[in-house]
Amino acid sequence: MFRRRLLLALLTIAASFYAVSLVQAQTVPTDDEVNAIARKLYCPVCPNTPLDVCETQACADWRAQIRDQLADGWSEEQVMAYFVEQYGERVLAEPERSGFNSLVWILPVVAVALGLFVAFQVLRSWRLSDVGLAETAVPVEAAISPETRAKIERELKELV
Amino acid sequence: MLADIGLMALVTGFLLAVYATAVSAWGGWRNEWRWVESARSATLLAVPFLTISVVVVTYSLYTMDFSLAYVADVSSQAMSPFLRLTALWGGQSGSVLFWAWLMNGFVAAVLWRKWERDHDLMPYFITVAMLTTAFFIGIVVFITNPFARLWHVPGTTELLTAVFQPAGAVAYVARDGSGLNPLLRHFGMIGHPPTTYLGFTGFVIPYAFAISALLSGRSRDDEWIRTSRRWTLVAWIFLSIGLILGGRWAYDVLGWGGFWAWDPVENAMLMPWLTGTAFLHSVMMTEKRGMLKVWSVSLIILTYSLSLFGTFITRTGVISSVHSFSKTALGPVFFVFIGLTFVGSLWLLLRRLDTLKSEHELESFLSRESAFVLQNVLFLAITFVVFLGTVFPLLSELVTGTKITVGPPYFQKATGPLFAVLVLLMGLAPLFAWRKQAAGRLGRAALLPLVGSVLWAAVWGYAHRLHPASYFALWLVAFVVLLIIFEFVKGMQARMKRGENPAAALYHLMGRNRRRYGGCIIHLGVVMIGLGFIGDAYFQQETQMALAQGESLTLGEYTLRFDNLESYPGSDGREVLEATTSLFKNGEFVQTLKPRRDFFVVQRQPMTIPAVYPTPAQDVYVLLVAWEEIGFGASTFRMYLNPLISWTWAGGFVLILGTLVAAWPERQHQAKRSYVLKPERVQPGLLGGD
Repeated sequence: MFRRRLLLALLTIAASFYAVSLVQAQTVPTDDEVNAIARKLYCPVCPNTPLDVCETQACADWRAQIRDQLADGWSEEQVMAYFVEQYGERVLAEPERSGFNSLVWILPVVAVALGLFVAFQVLRSWRLSDVGLAETAVPVEAAISPETRAKIERELKELV
Repeated sequence: MLADIGLMALVTGFLLAVYATAVSAWGGWRNEWRWVESARSATLLAVPFLTISVVVVTYSLYTMDFSLAYVADVSSQAMSPFLRLTALWGGQSGSVLFWAWLMNGFVAAVLWRKWERDHDLMPYFITVAMLTTAFFIGIVVFITNPFARLWHVPGTTELLTAVFQPAGAVAYVARDGSGLNPLLRHFGMIGHPPTTYLGFTGFVIPYAFAISALLSGRSRDDEWIRTSRRWTLVAWIFLSIGLILGGRWAYDVLGWGGFWAWDPVENAMLMPWLTGTAFLHSVMMTEKRGMLKVWSVSLIILTYSLSLFGTFITRTGVISSVHSFSKTALGPVFFVFIGLTFVGSLWLLLRRLDTLKSEHELESFLSRESAFVLQNVLFLAITFVVFLGTVFPLLSELVTGTKITVGPPYFQKATGPLFAVLVLLMGLAPLFAWRKQAAGRLGRAALLPLVGSVLWAAVWGYAHRLHPASYFALWLVAFVVLLIIFEFVKGMQARMKRGENPAAALYHLMGRNRRRYGGCIIHLGVVMIGLGFIGDAYFQQETQMALAQGESLTLGEYTLRFDNLESYPGSDGREVLEATTSLFKNGEFVQTLKPRRDFFVVQRQPMTIPAVYPTPAQDVYVLLVAWEEIGFGASTFRMYLNPLISWTWAGGFVLILGTLVAAWPERQHQAKRSYVLKPERVQPGLLGGD
């Protein structure tokens, strides 16, 4: 029973490989397919240059390598994984969301939340102090100097 | 001989700057005005001396005096006269000298024109501004001197660079220089670096005013805030122009199909622009309502520190970037200076908190004040994200030991939503009243633009339905544009009812409140620039293919036919490989495009120069990627459709226009009126809460 299953499984795998290789034999990866992956990778030697536009010979070779890998039936994930394995995490355009590097994703969210919270508190405190002002209503009057008040009252009397 | 004159002038300029710093501080502290007068004279006198040394460097570059190390480094016989002249800011020594010269010029301009008006601030203003200037000149004198010569010690193979003759060495004159970095051999050299430097150095003025107000205790008054605002606007517009020209240059030269790559140096320039913009808004609240004083001062300090940080990144190559042209001992010195500036300024601010009492009162969360506060939070958040992304590779390497890249996808994802809210706020906030905005009235004002923009976005988005998020982005842009247009139309209508023709109505409307309507125009410019970013993020299409002569390549409605490839020697030391291609739109011939590959022989560096066919809807951007070495029979082309990019460049012009409208100096009697500290559009009788 087990043997037959194993045999079946092996046959299936072999058949699928054969099918895949048949399909691939007919399709050479286009430049666009290569660039679609190269765009997500960074040149391991030049500073801050995506692999799809890098002009150096090394990068042309790397693009040729991606083409070969695609022709061999590698998936995009496999190609990316290969480059990370080979040249380190720096070839990825954005840091992975795990470990220490996840901080680069978390901190902005924390900062925005904190900023909004502080801003809200500040605005609320302005509003509260304003309400306090209205309730007591004294400072408005106190702002008028005695002379001015005398003048206003004199003029009011004249009016009446 | 000439170089010696330049060197002596430079050293004299340095001594004058140090003298001005010292005696203005002394005069301010002891309240002895003659010392301050003397400091002013020294500052003004430093200008001609530094000018002499700038002229000598430029002349040496032009005449190719290869006995100077700097000239041998950035000038060469293959370079055109134009490039030899602009090489002044093409390398480290020259650019720092140019920097110091501009800064000295700014300070002198202030002392020349505003001596009487801001009299009380002047002692410490000179101290702060000239301390910084002296620091920069000091770097030129002691660390990266453009008058240093090349020396050769007999028996060795290496060349020494030193100002004075080292023991046992003989003078060495190179036969030819290595010349400018190929990336810099472009017409853009006349625009982007000088405007950027003017922007960076210009921020020293508002900073020095703020610090001198704190030091002298004049921060109780509000006059210095206005002076700071005006100078910030000067620096800000130069920085804006520098940013736009830099983007244009990258688009024309770097050959990756875009104009903004979130490169560390681009970020370094963006950060002070962001905080400077935040300051220009928060200062309105300080000016009109007496609010947020401490915050505004903090923003000036931050902006100035970030522009120093920008200088640090640009000039030291501490973070890898396309701009890092040199690596020297500048790093540590600069780092200490930035640290001292930042910490010292904050300490001073804390000491003087009592002088910055603000008057805060607010009636509703729905008010212009809240909009400004939210806007400031967003600007700061974006600055933080950009800063984090820029320095994170360093941090990560320190902590985990592995190098990582923080590239454009990160910045787009992290800042995109923040920018979106900011743009929305940009359209709505000018409608808000101070203190309290009635929700109903706001709703009525925004209703028509809202309906219009939803229809607009639906049609437009459907035509380009590649990316769902584009609907939102396009709606946002349409909404804000309509809000701004309605704002103008409403004002004009009111005037036209009184019998003015539309042109006169528009002119008088803007004349009545130039800051408000200039601001609206600036917002319009920013939205137009945003269109280019939206096009870049969502609608860019590209394809690449190897073509034999006569074959063609199709993308969208455009077809590109490869006609010919030829090679010829170009100017400025380059070998040019140029393809001739024909562009067709729906089968109709449009234009001949000639994408190139320039190869700089001495530097062994290739550059891919695109051919661009620009239209308002989209640019066709063609690159020559590869070719067959023998016979030129087949070449590989890459073709991009870059939608809406033209709007970014047009938006730049609109932004400059708006700034001119808002900031053009007013006549005296008008000037007084605009300074009345009075809230706009206060709704009467509403003391107390909602």
